[in-house]
Amino acid sequence: MEKFNKLTGNAIPLRITNVDTDMIIPKQFLKTIKRTGLGEYLFFELKFDQDGNKIDSFELNQDQYKGASILIAGKNFGCGSSREHAPWSIADYGIKCIIAPSYADIFYNNCFKNGILPIILDEETVSNLQDSAENTLNFNIDLEKQNITYLENNEQKEITFEIDPVKKKCLIEGLDDIGMTLNKSSSISDFENNQAKKTPWLYRSEII
Amino acid sequence: MSAPKTLYDKIWDNHIVSIYDDGTTILYIDRHLVHEVTSPQAFEGLRMSGRKVRRPEFTLATADHNVPTMDRDKGIADPDSKLQVETLERNARENNITYLPMSDKRQGIVHIVGPEQGFTQPGMTIVCGDSHTSTHGAFGALAWGIGTSEVEHTLATQTLIQTKAKNMCIKITGEVMDGVTAKDIILAIIKKIGTAGGTGYVIEYTGDVIRNLSMEGRMTVCNMSIEAGARAGLISPDEKTWEYLKGRPLAPSGVEFETAIRYWQSLATDEGAQYDEIVEIKADEIIPQVTWGTSPEDVVSIDGYVPDPKNASSDEKKRSIERALEYMGLEPNTPVNEIEVNKVFIGSCTNGRIEDLRAVSKIAKGRKVEKNVHAMIVPGSGLVKEQAEKEGLDKIFIEAGFDWRDPGCSMCLAMNADKLKPQERCASTSNRNFEGRQGRGGRTHLMSPQMAAAAAIKGKLTDFRDL
Repeated sequence: MEKFNKLTGNAIPLRITNVDTDMIIPKQFLKTIKRTGLGEYLFFELKFDQDGNKIDSFELNQDQYKGASILIAGKNFGCGSSREHAPWSIADYGIKCIIAPSYADIFYNNCFKNGILPIILDEETVSNLQDSAENTLNFNIDLEKQNITYLENNEQKEITFEIDPVKKKCLIEGLDDIGMTLNKSSSISDFENNQAKKTPWLYRSEII
Repeated sequence: MSAPKTLYDKIWDNHIVSIYDDGTTILYIDRHLVHEVTSPQAFEGLRMSGRKVRRPEFTLATADHNVPTMDRDKGIADPDSKLQVETLERNARENNITYLPMSDKRQGIVHIVGPEQGFTQPGMTIVCGDSHTSTHGAFGALAWGIGTSEVEHTLATQTLIQTKAKNMCIKITGEVMDGVTAKDIILAIIKKIGTAGGTGYVIEYTGDVIRNLSMEGRMTVCNMSIEAGARAGLISPDEKTWEYLKGRPLAPSGVEFETAIRYWQSLATDEGAQYDEIVEIKADEIIPQVTWGTSPEDVVSIDGYVPDPKNASSDEKKRSIERALEYMGLEPNTPVNEIEVNKVFIGSCTNGRIEDLRAVSKIAKGRKVEKNVHAMIVPGSGLVKEQAEKEGLDKIFIEAGFDWRDPGCSMCLAMNADKLKPQERCASTSNRNFEGRQGRGGRTHLMSPQMAAAAAIKGKLTDFRDL
């Protein structure tokens, strides 16, 4: 997995709460059997109207947010389905960090599997950052130091954030979860042997 | 004597393989359901890294999201859908995983197939690359939805790396009125706690109202735990659970079934166990519920009104109501029972079981679907379809003007050919009313099967008890 340590870039303010996974990546793009190439479909139905015309008022269509690598969103971001196509499309678009007051559980976990840092900050701070993002500021995100720094009106600002230490480590080192777990294969076998004694019917399952 | 534990605590503790220093846990996964949309990249990952499926016999695959619900003999028309289903079939074959193809009458929505086959049992950990895996919690199984990376992790290791969620108890007290269903109860819960209310929790539903629900009703409640933001929903197993499981193909049998029951009985939450959060809901106050907006928390009683953004509690809430009203094409303060529909969808993992179809048949019998309405009924599995036809329900549906289809996820998420056109308005028994969920520009109102059937007959949202 791609490592995440430091990031510098401008940010897109997305002032919508409860952004769901159907909004992030509509179902017509879930029919792929690949992980890549979904970036162009990110927020597809917010970017284009039903006739395929660009909706100018939508932030992702505005020149000032071209090349942004950070998304600043409303609370309960990523609610809805478990589709990992949502973080795949976000990462493929070039966004490596999301800042929001809260996330839906599955989406939040999915981010870490795809080298995306989801930062949680209080609503007021997020709202202020959205205002700052409108001035096309560059934000510096340092995962090691757990801070966001930026220069606004000649003033250096710093916001710190909390993150689970294991998740932090996985992102910084780009760890392969499966490889780590496979190192514990003997513990898994021991578990299975014990469980087969305690609840043997679980191991009677035949091919139906 | 160890400290009293909740049902969730017990299942969790019973599945710990290993704990890292920081408390992160490798949790054993007893059963894994696989469908075509969230699995191809996981199998590809295994192939690329030369890894194998650890426990193919604990894994069950079927295609549900992309399958057509009519003219099945012609196959799948859409080439991308076809490729995805064929890819699942190939991956299952190459990895010795049982696969139920479209032609098998046991095929259906994964969350209907699992319980039907006895694949789902109390005390298990069950995962699937699908958020509505919470459905299986109705059996007292810890079941939750995962992303594709975790599908790959489960295939390779039969475990997942997890951090423990908190315990929430939702207690439904009092007595439900006649005609109030499991769907109304869960919609009322989501109205109360919101779509993020359960974030970070596993919810256990308790109280006599839950005890009195059938297994089908319990599945409806647990199914929408995810719409309340929870990782999983749980209901303590009881006689109804054993009764449902008895004789199912994959359930234990004979003496072993009795042994299993004793084990399952030991899983119930101990007296004195602590929940991190307790929510009480009075059932007496619940009447049939419908959604008006684009979030499952936008719930209102059928005798209520579309909200007015002027009365919103915050600017953010006001903006969100305005956005939803615009999308839904609704005016503030409109009586909900005046909202006209032109589509009806009865089905999904929330309400596509035999009990749901029986309830619909009672409403449909001797009545006609309104002439401007297209109303489809999609059974949750081939076995649900077979049972309904055995009971003659299909004849009642067809006679009343309903469109009787083949099983699948269908218009719950509109990945197959069944979808709303822009601005079409649908009374739906599914679980999500997000923008574009049932088709771009389509407008969804969530409700119980009885309420959806009544909407089909009246051409508008209506309290079915008044029919």
